[in-house]
Amino acid sequence: MTAAMRPATSACPACSAAPSAEALARMNEPVKPARIMLSLPTAHCAACISAVERRLLQYPGVSEARVNLSLKRVSIEAIPEITAEDMIRELDAIGYEAHELDAGILAATATDKRGRDLLMRLAVAGFSLMNVMLLSVAIWAGAADATRDLFHWISALIALPTIVFSAQPFFKNAWSALSVRHLNMDVPISLAIILAAGLSLFETIQGGEAAYFDAALSLTFFLLAGRYLDHRTRAVARSAAEELSALEVPRAIKIVDGKQQTVPIGEVCVGDLVLVKPGARMPVDGVVSEGQSEIDRSLLTGETLPVFAGPGTEVSAGEVNLTGPLTLRVTAAGGDSSLHRMADLVAIAESSKNRYTSLADRAAQIYAPGVHLLAFLAFGGWLMATGDFRLALNVAVAVLIITCPCALGLAVPAVTTAASGRLFKKGMLIKNATALERLAEVDSVVFDKTGTLTAGMPELSNLEAHDAETLRVAFALAEASAHPLALALASAARSAGIEPARVTELREIPGYGVRGHWQGRDVRLGRAAWLGAEAGPETATWLQIGAAPPVEFTFNDHLRDGAEEAVARLIAQGISVYLMSGDAEPAVASLASRLKIDTFQAEMLPEQKSDFVKRLSDGGVKVLMVGDGLNDTAALTAAYVSISPATALEATRVASDIVFLGSDLTPLGETLATAQKARSRIRENFGIAVLYNMIAVPIALSGFATPLAAALAMSASSITVSLNALRLR
Amino acid sequence: MDILVILIPASLFLGAVGLLAFFWAVRSKQFDDPEGDRHRILSSDWDDEPRP
Repeated sequence: MTAAMRPATSACPACSAAPSAEALARMNEPVKPARIMLSLPTAHCAACISAVERRLLQYPGVSEARVNLSLKRVSIEAIPEITAEDMIRELDAIGYEAHELDAGILAATATDKRGRDLLMRLAVAGFSLMNVMLLSVAIWAGAADATRDLFHWISALIALPTIVFSAQPFFKNAWSALSVRHLNMDVPISLAIILAAGLSLFETIQGGEAAYFDAALSLTFFLLAGRYLDHRTRAVARSAAEELSALEVPRAIKIVDGKQQTVPIGEVCVGDLVLVKPGARMPVDGVVSEGQSEIDRSLLTGETLPVFAGPGTEVSAGEVNLTGPLTLRVTAAGGDSSLHRMADLVAIAESSKNRYTSLADRAAQIYAPGVHLLAFLAFGGWLMATGDFRLALNVAVAVLIITCPCALGLAVPAVTTAASGRLFKKGMLIKNATALERLAEVDSVVFDKTGTLTAGMPELSNLEAHDAETLRVAFALAEASAHPLALALASAARSAGIEPARVTELREIPGYGVRGHWQGRDVRLGRAAWLGAEAGPETATWLQIGAAPPVEFTFNDHLRDGAEEAVARLIAQGISVYLMSGDAEPAVASLASRLKIDTFQAEMLPEQKSDFVKRLSDGGVKVLMVGDGLNDTAALTAAYVSISPATALEATRVASDIVFLGSDLTPLGETLATAQKARSRIRENFGIAVLYNMIAVPIALSGFATPLAAALAMSASSITVSLNALRLR
Repeated sequence: MDILVILIPASLFLGAVGLLAFFWAVRSKQFDDPEGDRHRILSSDWDDEPRP
């Protein structure tokens, strides 16, 4: 139809131009830009912003690049042909380290809706509070009769809509608690706000003297401030934790018709062929169908000794391929992989987190019924004594307002905000809301070995046992491989000032070792089984020169920085320290003696680890578990509180309450000290709140409380607890 | 006291303007990157022409 309407040649030039314009428009139609998110850990200044943005905007196809310095991220909009790798290379050229972030995971945090919502309510409450306070000052100063009534009415007009809008979070929480027949801190809060506003309205209508609109609003304002602080602390921790997950962009290299394709892990199915390059992590469970290599299982089992993998070997997701490329036939992907089976084990381990009641909740359980009882008694008492219903109600509301947990609502969030901020600076990320309180009660610490106390990097331990000749040959062979043991051997030889021998025909045999030719003899460096040697208990590699018997190079696991200090400090604090590992006995024993840990257990299975922690917990011990492996995950969950390093797999990090971001363990001892200090600050704050109540409640009960007194008591106690909390910084 | 008829609405109005300005600032994401904005205000990158 359109073809019929469009003559091929036309008298009107515009008509003939139209189709081509249409085609042109289709061609120029902006391709939906793709969003790339990169993390920029080293960006820190104004020059960084300009340099990064300018460089990226110059790249053809990039339409928008914006650095967020607070989050140390850059978000890029570009045509779909541009990949994150291009951008990372571009930034690397000007000296910025960048890592790809999974935009899908981060999208959830980009718009922090709840936080913004709370901030809006807080702003409205603040606005109304200031206006009503101004009017109240006039009333306290002695405005009377018609002026007072007018001011009361204006206050009511401002206060009532504000309370309906701003105090909603409290009403909702209180309602959900009441609907399951439970009392929380929000019940007395909501009751005080509603009663104060209701009574004030009643008094205003009656032309009475006292109205508590300002008190109702300042309650709302201070408590919302506490809520907001609390939310901020958690949002910061959550976004940092999400960033860690977003750094692991889950991709696999799938082989389709002999060609390699990079696809998201979700698109890999059972039976597919997947290529795993040396140095990469297995994305799925599978059976090796082609290639030979060695694999590092330490994250799954805790053993440091690399294992041989050849056709037919079963591998699990999370293991690291060390030397040669491997082609896997997928046996389980996604939810069925062993990674996720481990998650089931975690679900079985009963979580102590759910059993813990926070200090604030415990305080609320005593506090809420007490306050209501007191207000009710005041009402009853005054009604009986004077028979004046209105007076009795006034006194009861004054009691409710003055005892309202304004300071209590701020006492905990203010302290946890200050403490988490301090720990965040040290690289400790508090993920769980009650983790700090639980940490303060810890009296024993269980460490995992591989990857937690050790850095997961081997270190040559018997350099002196070999003569110069052997070392020179070993050095030359080791230089030809990227295997971790070979790298460690080479770096040890280099720092000892050894010159490599002239070894020719160097060849790496993936999964076995390196071979070459030296002074007319065959030389080989590699696995014990390959050289016909008897493998010892320690992590080792073997060297054979010609037909001579093979000699052994043994390795220790390199200690993580600060591990010694951290353990020493914990022991000095009187905390019992245990070491549990899936690794072989000698390695664990030598580490334990080096760190002066008396109790250790080796060759433990994941279930045994969590049983051990459970046994300790059942004996009334509050256990802090520090571990990084998947085999620790169940134990991390079973422990009273748990810490894992950022290098752990995501499943492990999710199971733990605290993640430490740096590579140094030193802050561990300080973290415990800070947690204990935070707990005592919370207790002090509760003490301050109780003290205020002890002074103010008798005044309120005796009927002397004026709106001015209520406003003063409330503000003073809120400010005192906030200042006390700030002493932690 | 007649002045109150003007003063109270005026003060409420000014307060509301401030409140609305704050709403606008939050909604237009001006608090998303305080660290970066602190540095951006001093950079002379787009002084001569607006950012594309």
